[in-house]
Amino acid sequence: MAIKVVERRPLSLAERTYLPQILAGLKVTWDNMMRPAVTLQYPEERPTIPNGYRGVPTLVRDPNGREKCVSCQLCEFVCPPKAIRITPGEIAPTAANAHVEKAPQEFEINMLRCIYCGLCQEVCPEEAIWLQSQYSMTGTNREMMVNNKAKLYELGGTLPDSHYKWDRKKAEAERQAESGH
Amino acid sequence: MEQLLNDFLLSKAWYFISARGLTAIVILMSIAAYAVLLERKASAWIQGRVGPNRTNHPLIAWIPFVGTFLQKGGFIQPAADGLKFLFKEDPLPGHVRKTTYILAPIIALAPALLALVMLPFGRLPTGEVITLCPGADIGVLFMFAISSLGVYGIALAGWSANSKYPFLGAVRGSAQLISYELAMGLSVLTVFLATATPDQDNALSLVSMVDAQKGVWNLFYHPVAALVFLICIFAEANRHPFDMPESETDLVGGFHTEYGSFKFGLFFVAEYSHMIIGSSLFIVMFLGGWHFAPGVPTVGDGLIASLFGVAWFFFKLCAFLFFFVWVRWTVPRFRYDQVMRIGWRVLLPVAVLNLIAYFIWYAVKG
Ligand code: SF4
Ligand code: SF4
Repeated sequence: MAIKVVERRPLSLAERTYLPQILAGLKVTWDNMMRPAVTLQYPEERPTIPNGYRGVPTLVRDPNGREKCVSCQLCEFVCPPKAIRITPGEIAPTAANAHVEKAPQEFEINMLRCIYCGLCQEVCPEEAIWLQSQYSMTGTNREMMVNNKAKLYELGGTLPDSHYKWDRKKAEAERQAESGH
Repeated sequence: MEQLLNDFLLSKAWYFISARGLTAIVILMSIAAYAVLLERKASAWIQGRVGPNRTNHPLIAWIPFVGTFLQKGGFIQPAADGLKFLFKEDPLPGHVRKTTYILAPIIALAPALLALVMLPFGRLPTGEVITLCPGADIGVLFMFAISSLGVYGIALAGWSANSKYPFLGAVRGSAQLISYELAMGLSVLTVFLATATPDQDNALSLVSMVDAQKGVWNLFYHPVAALVFLICIFAEANRHPFDMPESETDLVGGFHTEYGSFKFGLFFVAEYSHMIIGSSLFIVMFLGGWHFAPGVPTVGDGLIASLFGVAWFFFKLCAFLFFFVWVRWTVPRFRYDQVMRIGWRVLLPVAVLNLIAYFIWYAVKG
C-alpha cells in the first residue's frame, strides 16, 4: 500500500497570531448575514407535505362511499403502543352491503399513544387505514386527543381504489347463485 | 453628622445627584436592553433565521406601519424580556450563602453604572462637555478602577452559590481579569504618553484625549495598542471568545448557574453594560469620540454641531456593539489555558514592547 506522508508545515507567523483566521471567519458570518433567512414563518406559511408522508392515521372510504374497514382488528393487534381500540359490529342483513358482514361499531385511535409507525396501514387487508398528510394534532385535554370513528372518517375522506374487492365478490356470488351452484 | 445629612438633603446636590444617577441608569439599561435585541437579531441573521418578530402590544400594533415595523424589528421584545425577568419566581436556593448571594448581582451591575458617569458623550456649544460627572480630570483611571470591580460580582456569585461549576467560573473570571488588566493598562499608557504633555493638569482626562484626536484618530498612531486594547476589552467584558466565567458548554451556566429571574437579569445587564463601557472607552481613546471621522469637518455649528457630535458617538457605539455581537457568533471560545497563554505570553509582551518602542521614539524625537 502506498503511503503518502503529508508534510506538517509549521504555522506561519500570521497564522500563529490567529488574526487572519478570525478575519476570514468574520467574512463568512458577514456573507451569511447578507443571505435571506430560510425560516418558514409557521402558522402563516405551511410546509408542503411530500407524498407518502406519515401523518395522523385516518380511516378512508372507497369512491362509492363505502366504509372500507371490516373491523378485523388486525391493526389493533399490531399497533405497538396499543393506540387503537375497536368495537366490532355487524352490518344489518337488510343493508345494501350486507355481504361484507362486519364493520366497526366504534373505532378509536388515541393520538397520545400513537407513535406514527404506520404498521396499522401496513397490516390492513382492506387498505382502510391510512397515515395521511395531517401533521398537526392538538387538543386542550386528553379526550380531545382521542380520534373516534366519526373524526377518523372526517380526517380520512375518500381515497381512490383499484380493487373494489367487495363489489367484485358480490358480483361473483350473484353469478354463482344464478348458475345454480 | 446629622447636620451634614440634613444639609445634604436640603441642598440642591441631592436632586442633582439623583437626577444624574437616574439618567445613567436609564441610558445604560435601555442601551443594554437593545444590545440584547441586537444580539438576538444578529445571531439570527448569521444563522439564516429571522430573530424575534412576534412580540407586540395591541395598542402599538394598532398604529399602521409603525406598529408592524416595530413588531418585525423586534423592538418590543426587550420590554417583554425585562418583564419576564421581573415576574418570574425568584428562588433562593437552600444551599447558598444568602447575603453574598443577594449582593453579588448588585455588585456586578453597580460598577458598570458608576463607570458610565465619567464618559464624555459630546461637547456643548459653550465648550462644556456633555457627561454625567463634569469636571473630573481622572476619567480614565476612574473608569478602569471602577469597571474592573465588576469581577467581584462574578467572584462573589461563584463563591456564594456553594456549588462547583459557579465556583470554577468565578475563579476563571478573576484570573482572566487580572491577566488582561495588565496588558490593557500598558496599551492605554502608550496612548497617554503621546497625548499628555508634562505640564498639563488634566492629563488623564478623557476629554483631552478626544480633543487630541480632532485631526487623526489615535487608532492610526497606535495600531498595536488599539489591537491589544480591543482584545482586552473583549476579555474584560467576558464576551466570546473569552467568556471563561460563563462557558456554558463546560460549566453549565458558569458563575450564574444558581441564579434565576431578576438576579440573573442583573448579571445579564451587567455583561452588556461592560460591553458598552468597553466600547465607549475604545471609541473615546482610539476612534475620536464625538469627532465623526478623520478629515471630515464638523457639520453645522453651535447646537447642531453638538447634537451631531453626540449622534456620532452613539452611531460609533452601536457599530461597536454590533462588532461585539458579530465576533461572538463567529469565533469559538478559547480554552482556559489558551486564554491564559494569550494574556501572559502574547498580549503582555506585545504591550510592553510597544510601550518601550514609543518611549524610545519620543526620547529620540525629544
Ligand atoms: S382498519 Fe383495516 S386492519 Fe384495522 S380493523 Fe379495519 S380492516 Fe382491519
Ligand atoms: S401508526 Fe402505529 S402507533 Fe399509530 S395507530 Fe397505527 S400502528 Fe398504532
